[in-house]
Amino acid sequence: MAEVTVGWYIALSAVLFAMGVAGVLLRRNAIIIFMSVELMLNAANLAFVAFARQMNDLNGQVLVFFVITVAAAEVAVGLALIVAIFRTKQSINIDDLRTLKG
Amino acid sequence: MGNPIIFIVLAAIALASGLGMLLSRNAVHSALFLVLNFSTIAVLFLILNAPFLFVTQIIIYAGAIMVLFLFVVMLLGAERLREAPVEIGGWQVPLALLLLVALLVVSGVVVFGGDALSATGDPPVDAGPVEVGLTLFESYVFPFEVASVLLLVAMIGVVVLRTRGKNG
Repeated sequence: MAEVTVGWYIALSAVLFAMGVAGVLLRRNAIIIFMSVELMLNAANLAFVAFARQMNDLNGQVLVFFVITVAAAEVAVGLALIVAIFRTKQSINIDDLRTLKG
Repeated sequence: MGNPIIFIVLAAIALASGLGMLLSRNAVHSALFLVLNFSTIAVLFLILNAPFLFVTQIIIYAGAIMVLFLFVVMLLGAERLREAPVEIGGWQVPLALLLLVALLVVSGVVVFGGDALSATGDPPVDAGPVEVGLTLFESYVFPFEVASVLLLVAMIGVVVLRTRGKNG
């Protein structure tokens, strides 16, 4: 049986990232788009950890920790924005959001 | 880096749940698929000798962040919103598929073209919470403090957004 190499993890990470890109480009629901961004962040994290394991370097893991922190902050603000937009527009379909002024 | 069978099973679950998130019409189903995806990636972290990130991923991502998502979806009743089909001339779908294929081809070349990625790595070093914490507080003290400020700013931002929304 073939040995699992870092390439396998990077391939999985690339496919997950592509899925996230597809979600951002194809879906119209702002919340789903947000989830797709999270999926992309996770794909990047997976690549970081795979390389950290290969190089036996803990810096990669620390960086992933920071990515998770930033993602948490981003989700809090982003979801608050989505709720605010929904309150004014009664919609979170991004095609409806064409004006900057509420 | 782990047993091939375990990796393939986990990768299949991750890809299937990612697709489920992408294709599901109901936002609640999407969020739950994403929880499954994050949990699978957490197990991959464990296999990759990162137990601290495994726990962090479960607690922060699969726990806190996705609960926040589910909370907002249910608060807005967004799971019942009909999603309008893509309208703008329909050019977005072909463009998205084209970009998707290009991204996959490029990453495929990068992954399978070089032999740097065919290495399996040395035997793992100790990478428990103690070691990660030491690295964090020896080399990354300043970014750590910046992250704390970022979280504070995000918190203030959310509070400001909500109070302003309430007063009109």
